[in-house]
Amino acid sequence: MERIYLDHAATSPMHPKVIERMLEVMRSVPGNPSSIHSFGREARRELDLAREVMAKSIGAKVNEIIFTSGGTEADNMALFGVAENYQQFGKHVITTAVEHHAVLHACQKLEQLGFEVTYLPVDETGRISVSDLEAALRDDTILVSVMYGNNEVGTLQPIKEIGELLKNHQAKFHTDAVQAYGIENMDVDECFIDLLSVSAHKINGPKGTGFLYVRSDVKLAPRLFGGEQERKRRAGTENVASIAGFHEAVVIANKERDEKREKFINFKKMMVQRLQELSVEFAINGSLENSLPHILNLSFPGTNVEAMLVNLDLGGIAVSSGSACTAGSIEPSHVLVAMFGKESERLTNSIRLSFGFSTTAEEIIKTAEETAKVVSRLKK
Amino acid sequence: MEQKDPKNTRVVVGMSGGVDSSVAALLLKQQGYDVIGIFMKNWDDTDDNGVCTATEDYNDVIRVCNQIGIPYYAVNFEKQYWDKVFTYFLEEYKAGRTPNPDVMCNKEIKFKAFLEHAMSLGADYLATGHYARVVYRDGEYKMLRGIDENKDQTYFLNQLTQEQLSKVMFPIGHLEKAKVREIAKQANLATAGKKDSTGICFIGERNFKEFLSQYLPAQPGNMETFEGEIKGRHEGLMYHTIGQRHGLGIGGAGEPWFAIGKDLKRNVLYVGQGFHNEKLYSDAIIATNVSWVSNRPKPTEFDCTAKFRYRQEDHKVTVRLLEGERCQVFFHEPIRAVTPGQSAVFYNGEECLGGGTIDEVYKNGERLTYVG
Ligand SMILES: Cc1ncc(COP(=O)(O)O)c(C=O)c1O
Repeated sequence: MERIYLDHAATSPMHPKVIERMLEVMRSVPGNPSSIHSFGREARRELDLAREVMAKSIGAKVNEIIFTSGGTEADNMALFGVAENYQQFGKHVITTAVEHHAVLHACQKLEQLGFEVTYLPVDETGRISVSDLEAALRDDTILVSVMYGNNEVGTLQPIKEIGELLKNHQAKFHTDAVQAYGIENMDVDECFIDLLSVSAHKINGPKGTGFLYVRSDVKLAPRLFGGEQERKRRAGTENVASIAGFHEAVVIANKERDEKREKFINFKKMMVQRLQELSVEFAINGSLENSLPHILNLSFPGTNVEAMLVNLDLGGIAVSSGSACTAGSIEPSHVLVAMFGKESERLTNSIRLSFGFSTTAEEIIKTAEETAKVVSRLKK
Repeated sequence: MEQKDPKNTRVVVGMSGGVDSSVAALLLKQQGYDVIGIFMKNWDDTDDNGVCTATEDYNDVIRVCNQIGIPYYAVNFEKQYWDKVFTYFLEEYKAGRTPNPDVMCNKEIKFKAFLEHAMSLGADYLATGHYARVVYRDGEYKMLRGIDENKDQTYFLNQLTQEQLSKVMFPIGHLEKAKVREIAKQANLATAGKKDSTGICFIGERNFKEFLSQYLPAQPGNMETFEGEIKGRHEGLMYHTIGQRHGLGIGGAGEPWFAIGKDLKRNVLYVGQGFHNEKLYSDAIIATNVSWVSNRPKPTEFDCTAKFRYRQEDHKVTVRLLEGERCQVFFHEPIRAVTPGQSAVFYNGEECLGGGTIDEVYKNGERLTYVG
C-alpha cells in the first residue's frame, strides 16, 4: 500500500541532503569539539559554521545560540533558566493556555516552586489578545512565554506586538518557535525577543537536536553542569553530526521557504475545496489567514477522532489528533479546550494534517477523498 | 453461515495487556486473519507520581503487537464507562446491593461501545481473551462455557445476544489457562509471565474499602443479631457482602460469625454464627434484566442449572418466565448466600442460556428483605 505522511508537525523526515551531510560528518569528523588537536578543531569548525547560519537565520549573534537536545530542552532551559536568575525581581510568569506541554508542564513545575503563573486565554482562532497580556503584566512579572505558532491548529500569535509591549518592561520575552521556525521569517531584534526555542526534527533535520537563542544581555542559569561547552550554559559534548545535519536543514529551509509557503497554503485551499466538492461537513479549527502554512486542523461533526485516525491509518494515511495521548488514547486537546470550551464537540472530532517537503498535490486530493469516505461511513 | 477467507477477514482484538488477550491475538494472526489490536482505556488511575496502570498495560500491548506483527491502537471509553458502569456500580452499593460491574462492562462497553468502534474500523469480528466459546449450531449462535472449567467466564458474558455473538470470537475459549500461558511462553510474548489482573478493573490492586470510601460516604453503624443483640460496630454497610466472614471482628465462644443481612434504614448489619447459618439459605429468586442468548421462544417454565456467583458450582433450578424481562427461579435445594445485585446465570450442560440480575430473594415463599 502506498502510504501518505501528513504528520510533519509531529516530526518530519530528514532531507536526503541532511542525511548525506550527517554521514559525511560521522565518517570524517570524529573529534571532540573541545579538544585542542586537529581532530577537535575540525569538529569545532562544524559547530561554529552551524551556529553562524542559525544565528543569522533569526537575526542573532553567534554567541547567542545554545545547542540543545531539541525543543523541549530549549523551552525548559529558557523557563527555568530565567526564573532562577531573575526571581529577585519577581516571581510572576505569563504564558498562554495553548502552549506546547514543554512550556505548560514546565510552568506547572514553576508554580510548585513558588512562582505564580498567569495563563492567557485565546479567542476562537487560538490567538491571545495583546490587551489581555497588558492587563496581566505586573511589576513583578519576570518572564512572558508565548509561542510563535501553534503546533495543533497553526495559529500565529502577535509576536511583534508582544515584543513591543514588553520592550520597556523588565520581563524577558521567550517564544517557542519550534513549529514556526523555517517556515516563518523571524527576526529577534525586530520582535524584541529575548529567548527563542527551535527544534531540528520539525524542519527535516535529525531528532534530538535543537537550539535556544538567548539574547546576550539575558543571564541564564544553567540546567546541566559539567564541562565548559556552550559557554558553560549547557555542559556535555555536543552532538556534532546532528548539529551539522541541522545546519544543512536550516540552509535548505531558508532557501526553499517562499516556495514551500506558497505550496502549503495552496494545499490547504485544495484540501478545503475538495472536501467541499465532496459535500463533507467540516469546519476549520483556527483560521486560514493567520496561520502556519503547513498546519491544517479540521473538525468533522458526527465523527470521532479515534475512529477517524485509525481508519485513515488503515487506509495508509498518517494524520494526527495533534494532542497528547495517555495510554495511547487521545485526551481532549488543551488547545481546542482553550479555543472552544470543555463541552465543544470539536474536542472529539478534530484531526490535524501537516505538510512537508515530500507532500504532493495528489496526496492532498487522495487524502480529501479518503477522508470523505471515512466520514460518511462513520456518520452512518 | 458462509466463511470468508481469513486474510480478507478483519478482526479487532480487545487487548488488555494481559496474557489471555495477547494469546488471542497471536492465534488469530497465526490463522491468517487481518488482525488489529486495540487497547481500551476505561479508567484513569494516574497517581501522584504520574504512574497509571493503563499506561503500563498499554506499553505491554505495544510490545506484544510488535512481536506478533499487527497494528495497535487505543480507544478511550472513560466517559461511557463512568456513565454506564461506574454510576450503576455506586447506585447499587448505595441501595445495599452487591453489583457486578464486569457484567455491566461487557454489556455496555466491551460488547457495545467497543464492538461499535471495531465495526467502524471495518472489522468483521471483535475478539477478546475471554474463556468462553461461540458456535453456530442449528441455525443460531450458542455461547458455550470455556473448556477450562476453572476459568470459564460465561458468567460475566450472560447478557450477550445473537446480534453480538454473531460478531464475536473467543480465540482461547477452547484452551486451558495453562496451555495459554505455554503458548505465550513459547512465542516469547512480553506478557507471558504477567500476573493475572485481579478483581474489578477500576479498582485493580488497590484496597477496595479505601477506594469505595472516596466515592460513597461510609456510615458506621451497629452489628446486630436477629434477636437484637448488639455485637459491635461496622464501618459501613457497603463494605460487607452477605455470607462473608472477614472484617467483622466478633470474637468469643462458638462458631465464627458471618454477615447475614442488612437493614438499610437503620444502618444495621445483621450477623449470625456458623457458615451454614440457616438465615443464609434461600430457595428462590426473582431476577430482572433477564436476557437470553437464543431468540427462539421458550416454554414459560423449564428446568436447567444456574450459578448465582462467579465460579460457583451449578445448581439445579426451575425457571418460570415473567413479563418485563423478569423471571422466577426455584432452587431444587436451598442455596447459601444468594445476593441481590449479582447475576443469576443459566446453563444447559455446556451451553450458557443467558442470565439476569438477582433482584429479590425468597425462602418458603417469603421475601428475605434483609439480604438487600
Ligand atoms: C510547539 C512545540 N514546542 C516544543 C516541541 C518539542 O520539541 P522536541 O520534540 O524537539 O523536544 C514541539 C514538538 O512536538 C512543538 O511542536
